[in-house]
Amino acid sequence: MEPRSRSFYVLAGFFGLFLLFLYGPTFTIAILSFQGPQGGLTFPMRGTSLHWFRDLFEQQAVGDIWGSFRRSLALGLMVMVTTVVVSVMGGLAFRKRFAGNAVLFYLVITALVIPSILISLGVGLIFSQLGLPIHWASSGFGSQLTWTLPFGLLIMFAVFNRFDKSYEEAARDQGASNWQTIRHVILPIIAPSLIGVALFGFTLSYDEFARTLLTAGSYNTLPLEIYGMTTNVTTPVIFALGTLTTAFSLVIIAVFLLTVWGLNRRRARQGSDAGKGMV
Amino acid sequence: MRAGNMSRHLTGWLLASPLSLVLILFLVLPIAMIVVVSFWKATEFSIIPAFSMENYDFLFGSPVTYRVFGTTIKYALIVWVFTLGIGFAVAYFLAFHVRSQTWQIALFLLCTIPFWTSNIIRMISWIPFLGRNGLANSALISMGVTEEPLDWLLYSDFSVILAFVHLYTLFMVVPIFNTMMRIDKSLIEAAYDAGATGFQTLTNVIIPLCKPGIMIGTIFVITLVMGDFVTVRFMSGSQSANVGRLIQNDIALLQYPSASATAVVLLVTVLMVIGILLRFVDIRKEL
Repeated sequence: MEPRSRSFYVLAGFFGLFLLFLYGPTFTIAILSFQGPQGGLTFPMRGTSLHWFRDLFEQQAVGDIWGSFRRSLALGLMVMVTTVVVSVMGGLAFRKRFAGNAVLFYLVITALVIPSILISLGVGLIFSQLGLPIHWASSGFGSQLTWTLPFGLLIMFAVFNRFDKSYEEAARDQGASNWQTIRHVILPIIAPSLIGVALFGFTLSYDEFARTLLTAGSYNTLPLEIYGMTTNVTTPVIFALGTLTTAFSLVIIAVFLLTVWGLNRRRARQGSDAGKGMV
Repeated sequence: MRAGNMSRHLTGWLLASPLSLVLILFLVLPIAMIVVVSFWKATEFSIIPAFSMENYDFLFGSPVTYRVFGTTIKYALIVWVFTLGIGFAVAYFLAFHVRSQTWQIALFLLCTIPFWTSNIIRMISWIPFLGRNGLANSALISMGVTEEPLDWLLYSDFSVILAFVHLYTLFMVVPIFNTMMRIDKSLIEAAYDAGATGFQTLTNVIIPLCKPGIMIGTIFVITLVMGDFVTVRFMSGSQSANVGRLIQNDIALLQYPSASATAVVLLVTVLMVIGILLRFVDIRKEL
């Protein structure tokens, strides 16, 4: 191997600083959430305690944290399942040209780049003018999909651009129907990417804020609850909540990534199943 | 042949119908609604269907509008410069200097994980750093750089831009890294063999080949910053305003027609910028 150039060390240092910039603040509030009962929002630490975490689990003076957490969780799962199903169908549709595919594609891009407040405002206006109840599971759900679906679909584009079509052709040659080809050939091959789509669907929904602001109705999701807290809570309890939700997100991300890794490993170990099938 | 064509279109439509349905209900109709309402009138507590140019007249007649659009574009440009510089350097390091694939994936994931966590929490976490008694000020005082704590660290343009760069740099890193990974390494070797210096290779080979990634990252960063209303409110302590804040203020006062007119102008501005940027890149090819 050739020796490392000077630019390697400069860029490695820069990269390290970037990671520090990325994660430093989060670590800081993680530390500060263990403030003693008299501690404030900044250093110094006045003792260490679980006081602020205990505050979260007790009857709260502020808002309904656990209710909003349950709602965010339910909404995240709804959005996740919908995003996976709709993105796969959309991805399959876009593999062949159909009348209107360019229009639909530009709509997807628009959904991605449109300022979130327009979705919030527009959906809120429609529901209120039609007299429909504004609720996180109806208007909030739809608004979040406009943010998660473009990501899901772009991932599917990336997946199908790299998809080796000879697998499908082989299936067809063996007499598989369209549905059989999708079910037994395409879906198993793209399964790890679907977990990626699910990860985007869940986490983007779980943290979504701008598109839910006017569309969640009277029951807040967790990010809305936290947003409300920023204006009236001046104790480290908000850091404790931040640390817990971040930890929860990290666990979710880890579960998804480990699943992808596990699937890929299993696939690598099993390799080809040529000659094993009796179908 | 014709029947085959028909069934191809039909399959396409069927498969795309859930996607179309969601986008029509929650994207096209809301935009249409905003456009319609932007011509309505409002009293203090209700909105009245009408066809009036009042909202637009007021919007374009007010110096506040121009100032706020100016601030929005200023934020977008400054944040773009920083995210591009940082994002390019980080992607370059990952793509060309990290040799083992395992490390490459691990470090890349490390860069993307914050994207899947809460933006609001990531904003809040700057408070202990930047406040009057925060880490930055105590460090500066103990180093003797300043005697009084600096006030402009938090709740200023500085903190707004810092938070934007913090939140959105990964939108540059990912697409640029993606295009860099597809550059044929023999092109770079060829450049060196032909006598190019490292810098010449960078400007004549790598940067031109990264252009699609840079464009996609630019689209993300510009639209996210221009459409933002939370970061500016939170990090400027409500002392600075961008267009999103203007809209949000109107909404809080139940002035939906006026909010809608501002939203329409914002949307047109953003779409024009994207329209220009899309001329330089074919997104579907680049994925």
